[in-house]
Amino acid sequence: MNKKKEAKRIIFNSEKEMPLVAMSLGSMLYNKTGAWRNIKPVIDLSQCIKCGICWKFCPDVAIDIVDEWPQINYDYCKGCGICAEECPQKCITMVEEEK
Amino acid sequence: MKKVIMGNHALSYGAMLSRAQVIAAYPITPQTQVVELLSEMCADGTLNAKFIKVESEHSAMAACLGASLAGARTFTATSAQGLALMHEMLHWASGGRMPVVMGNINRAMAPGWSIWTDQNDSLSERDTGWIQFYCSSNQEVLDTVIQAFKVSEKLMIPSMVILDAFSLSHTYEVVEIPEQEKVDAFLPPFQPPYRLTPEDPHAFGGLTSPDHYMEFRYKLQKDIEKVPALVEETGREYEKMFGRYLGQVDDYLCEDAELVFVTSGTAGSTARVVVDELRNKGIKAGNLRIRLFRPFPFEKVRSILSRIPKVAVLDRNVSYGHHGIFYQEVKSAMYGQPSPAAIFGFIAGLGGRDITKDDYKEIANYALKKDKPEEEIVWIGVKK
Repeated sequence: MNKKKEAKRIIFNSEKEMPLVAMSLGSMLYNKTGAWRNIKPVIDLSQCIKCGICWKFCPDVAIDIVDEWPQINYDYCKGCGICAEECPQKCITMVEEEK
Repeated sequence: MKKVIMGNHALSYGAMLSRAQVIAAYPITPQTQVVELLSEMCADGTLNAKFIKVESEHSAMAACLGASLAGARTFTATSAQGLALMHEMLHWASGGRMPVVMGNINRAMAPGWSIWTDQNDSLSERDTGWIQFYCSSNQEVLDTVIQAFKVSEKLMIPSMVILDAFSLSHTYEVVEIPEQEKVDAFLPPFQPPYRLTPEDPHAFGGLTSPDHYMEFRYKLQKDIEKVPALVEETGREYEKMFGRYLGQVDDYLCEDAELVFVTSGTAGSTARVVVDELRNKGIKAGNLRIRLFRPFPFEKVRSILSRIPKVAVLDRNVSYGHHGIFYQEVKSAMYGQPSPAAIFGFIAGLGGRDITKDDYKEIANYALKKDKPEEEIVWIGVKK
């Protein structure tokens, strides 16, 4: 968990500097997929048992464990609702996004 | 050592001698024996490779790409509907610069179901960024596989080695099987400039914005343009070691010809025999068999055809609503050349119908009699 590389967005100014293939371009730093979301998960931490199942199941790696507690990264969460479905405590609610 | 083997097994021996490390494939007639023999070689230890069984050709290519990206020399083979199912993955291979070598047995696309040869399967993949070689003998198939690995790995672009269903895939010919030590000296182990490894983690093929996509494609085009010269160089190096030369094209008696057939695959071998027969009758014929189709060998084709008054292109394929595909390509290559030839387009042999010596004679008669083509496509052998 702590071995994360520092991510940075890469922009090349010439094709000559570029690798042959699209590798590690840091594109997810600006391609924030949270805007795709219609409903968002909200965790009631008072009911949370810190089991980590939401963290494990999130297909977008948009849930982090911070000081043992789950924390949703709304920059990337697409609102699929798998965390709410899988939560054994049913303490994650999917809430309509408002403009 | 000389062996009498079928074209499909020439592909297998080519992959074995190249020391392919990962093979993932799904069987389809007329390709099946290629991977059947390779799986036996993997099982009995003749070949030290991982054979991955998969549930479809799409998965076969996907498995090959993973292996190639991890740094393994990778081989597969397919045909027709199987190649079509791989289509998406073919773009991944070239765009991702993974030098997989694949045998494709030219088989007509269904419907109606056919297992017999024509070229519409591989030519439908013309624009995927793969190098394409069309072969006309089993020896050529084996030698091309070994050379294809060398060319592909140097430029990090995948190659397709293509042979006709049955008229080559299941036809037995005498093939010189080179010694392993010599092939090892010609083709050293694959050493990619980058690879998928936990020691240096990277995300490959991720989201690529308009800032960079075009440059990656520019680089692919610039590198594939290096193939013709590299094929010549590799062919000469192979000739020095093994005594057999294969270049971009196989030109036969074109020098002084008044009529040149442009052919490919096994139909190109028949054309050679017809050229001899026509020459015995006093007609100066020649045969230009195109081996390297992608990238198109512009310079070579121009240098040979610029001097020729009549060119007859034979296609065992059709681009519906246009012409035969080799005809299109030859015309486009010759556009604007100083001494343009009259170029005629003929279509024959779809769905495995034989292309006979008499068909070539009909083609020669048409091209010699007319100043220029009077039809967009001249169909040979259609029951009208």
